Amino acid sequence: MNDLTPNREERTANLKGMGCARKRVEDARFTQGQGNYVDDVKLPGMLHGDFVRSPYAHARVKSINKEAALALPGVVAVLTAEDLAPLNLHWMPTLAGDKQMVLADGKVLFQGQEVAFVVANDRYIAADAVELVEVDYEELPVITDPFEALQSDVVLREDLAGQTEGAHGPRKHHNHIFTWEQGDEAATNQVMDSAEVVAEESMYYHRTHPCPLETCGSVASMDKVNGKLTLWGTFQAPHVVRTVAALLSGIEEHNIRVISPDIGGGFGNKVGVYPGYICSIVASIVTGKPVKWVEDRMENLMSTAFARDYWMKGKISATKEGKITGLHCHVTADHGGFDACADPTKFPAGFMNICTGSYDIPVAYLGVDGVYTNKAPGGVSYRCSFRVTEAVYFIERMIEVLAIELDMDAAELRRINFIKKEQFPYTAALGWEYDSGDYHTAWDKALKTVDYEGLRAEQAERVEAFKRGETRKLMGVGLSFFTEIVGAGPVKNCDILGMGMFDSCEIRIHPTGSAIARLGTISQGQGHATTFAQILASEIGISADSITIEEGDTDTAPYGLGTYGSRSTPVAGAATALAGRKIRAKAQMIAAYLLEVHDDDVEFDVDRFVVKGAPERFSTMKDIAYAAYNQAIPGLEPGLEAVSYYDPPNMTYPFGAYVCVMDIDVDTGVPEIRRFYALDDCGTRINPMIIEGQVHGGLTEALAVALGQEIAYDDLGNVKTGTLMDFFLPTAWEVPNYETDFTVTPSPHHPIGAKGVGESPHVGGVPCFSNAVQDAFRAFGLRHTNMPHDHWRIWQTANKLGLHD
Amino acid sequence: MSDKMHIKLTVNGEGREFLAEPRELLIYALREHLNITGPHVGCDTSHCGACTVTLNGKSVKSCTMFVGQANGADITTVEGLGTPDALHVLQESFREHHGLQCGFCTPGMITRAAKLLEENPTPTEEDVRFGMAGNICRCTGYQNIVKSILAAADEMNGSEQGQTVEAAE
Ligand code: FES
Ligand code: FES
Repeated sequence: MNDLTPNREERTANLKGMGCARKRVEDARFTQGQGNYVDDVKLPGMLHGDFVRSPYAHARVKSINKEAALALPGVVAVLTAEDLAPLNLHWMPTLAGDKQMVLADGKVLFQGQEVAFVVANDRYIAADAVELVEVDYEELPVITDPFEALQSDVVLREDLAGQTEGAHGPRKHHNHIFTWEQGDEAATNQVMDSAEVVAEESMYYHRTHPCPLETCGSVASMDKVNGKLTLWGTFQAPHVVRTVAALLSGIEEHNIRVISPDIGGGFGNKVGVYPGYICSIVASIVTGKPVKWVEDRMENLMSTAFARDYWMKGKISATKEGKITGLHCHVTADHGGFDACADPTKFPAGFMNICTGSYDIPVAYLGVDGVYTNKAPGGVSYRCSFRVTEAVYFIERMIEVLAIELDMDAAELRRINFIKKEQFPYTAALGWEYDSGDYHTAWDKALKTVDYEGLRAEQAERVEAFKRGETRKLMGVGLSFFTEIVGAGPVKNCDILGMGMFDSCEIRIHPTGSAIARLGTISQGQGHATTFAQILASEIGISADSITIEEGDTDTAPYGLGTYGSRSTPVAGAATALAGRKIRAKAQMIAAYLLEVHDDDVEFDVDRFVVKGAPERFSTMKDIAYAAYNQAIPGLEPGLEAVSYYDPPNMTYPFGAYVCVMDIDVDTGVPEIRRFYALDDCGTRINPMIIEGQVHGGLTEALAVALGQEIAYDDLGNVKTGTLMDFFLPTAWEVPNYETDFTVTPSPHHPIGAKGVGESPHVGGVPCFSNAVQDAFRAFGLRHTNMPHDHWRIWQTANKLGLHD
Repeated sequence: MSDKMHIKLTVNGEGREFLAEPRELLIYALREHLNITGPHVGCDTSHCGACTVTLNGKSVKSCTMFVGQANGADITTVEGLGTPDALHVLQESFREHHGLQCGFCTPGMITRAAKLLEENPTPTEEDVRFGMAGNICRCTGYQNIVKSILAAADEMNGSEQGQTVEAAE
């Protein structure tokens, strides 16, 4: 060592490892228009597919006449269920244990359902031909209300007629899918019956849609010479898609290559398998040419996976002082025409059983009934981990309603019921074991930062001024405290189509000391290429700038379950750290050999191994990498590679405290967000810049859902919100600046203590925005009103409360 | 099928000629005939701005125009704003301030922002939010996009070199 040798701090900084706000490596191509999304894939001779879709929500398909379409020059094929049936591909399994029509088989169950697939030389000819396919429908009675569905004689799913047993137990009615029960109902009822205070409320969490900016699509290319199928597509779980494709098509899995190229946002929309993917594959097999299918926005909103649509009925009991004693929740879940929820198999309502939230509630019960209606199938986690958004909305509204019932401050009510720091690991009444948390510290920090008492004083003054006629604006203080449950999940209880929900990382160190790591996940904007390299840099002492991260190609990446439910960092991030540690273990032996000491006499130091007690004697990771390939080291295989498949021992439980201050004009119903403060605790922070970006994005999607975004149907099952004219996506004009903050409570069981963050802001944000609106009207007697709080609905609320008189 | 039309465009400074049906949307003509895949399709109903290009000096959503209408036009897309060795200030600024995540909106955003800063070189935050309201981003929540654009404006006003800076690093 000499004066030029960088010191430890400099060496650490050079690594660009964990904790630094490393700029993203993805950005160069995206800012220069060089991204490669599925619609950018262009192959020689490629054909284009387009769907004939049902205009009716429920109808019998009496006949399909393809002749005119086939006669159009440039049309290559028109596929219907009849063509797919011999291949047994006219139906496909859903992730929820149900099955779904790929193309209408005798009837249609929702507006926009896929009826026929037209394949033509270009997208314009395909669209023209769609218009020429004549379908003769016989309209059937339409049911869009799940409660009506459970009473009705109309059988929606004739294919299931007579089946009293579904994938999740007994079916009570021909339109019923499952009942899922958690907790102890008898004990909960007993507590309710003798409670000092009980608050009840029914709430509807409306249907909405993840609506990533890029719609779904695929390009299938069947190479008949080599018997290989290559499939590019918008897949959040490419490996699972390969397995499903193998099972459905009969093509052996090694002959299928699935590639998720750049993905233009997912938010849960791109987890499921859609008819378009299957049809592009079949069409490529039939025509021998590559076939592209990319849906348009209207098709995306009408037919691919929606989110939410939960009718929740709650009861919460407490002592007069506000100590919660029990919670009862029943959900009627509208799943649409097919049960195509994307939940781990054993959880038909996802992790809705996290609905006891951040509170120490001794006894609870949750019952969920899934129901078929004439609406699009789905039920995905829109920027959340499997129904956690619904669960957190439910409990955070119940807390507010209880506060009203008790005439108590809602912040104080939360504080006295939080699970205490010393109670972790904490087993909740509905079974989950929360790994860690420090809720009181986070809550106090949040309330202090926003001057909570000052806000309440200002609000009280505003109410008085309003009553005196001096202002027409009310002020709402929205609170929410959430606990997420992410990182699905332990293989023992979490699987998708039988695949355990582990994840993976494979690392190769190159001779000159740079590296490539491949993971089973796939980024859709989260910046994996940036952050996973940071994890690895800290673990193996090679600069993040010298590490390439690759995901999404099933021919090269190790098997993994993909990216959704904030599972990449908790699961694949752990695999990355552990694979890195395997590299380090071998590097240690190489270093010892190079330094001519015993293995135990060297120790890792940032980017090198040093001889214990003699730091001037060292071998850098660069030296070690080279030695791994050019020296014959006794007892060691050449090369420096590792792979790790990580089965998490538990979920991780990120949490956060949010406060929203809102002014509402009671005459126009327009809410103005004056301030939004978000404190997130996602455990160890890998890249603060990216965390902050995730929080901004998640909050904005929360704002959308709370304040206007919905998929609405009329009584005939027509989608009323099928374009971006009607489906609310906020613009820069409607969105405020957010203040972000954090505490750090590392996960005790995660190799680097990280918990995941992508979805927390959405989960915590929705109740926060909603509570702000509702809180503004609390002084005038409002107890609960359903989202979305668009201007019209807010105006109606004000009107019903007599504020326009 | 209608007859094909002989289309001439200047795209990113280069003359391009091709045959297309006049009814084809400009965005598809750019993407499929000319392989210019920076501009994306997020809606094709003029709401999202992912397809934004500069056409004859104005920001245009290229899904809103038939290629037949665009015949003869001078078009700039994100590919024409900078080069890998000399990025546009905005391209550098979006990276610096984390103004993008999935990147799908980014080409439209940057193209629109470049025009906005030409029209108004010293915008307020409000000007930026209003001027960018035709471009939807689903990932970032806009805060860092606004920050990127304001920082680029500062940079362009303070910088001698005009619209480009040397690529960082
Ligand atoms: S694709 Fe042109 S505005 Fe959306
Ligand atoms: S970065 Fe994904 S839509 Fe803007």
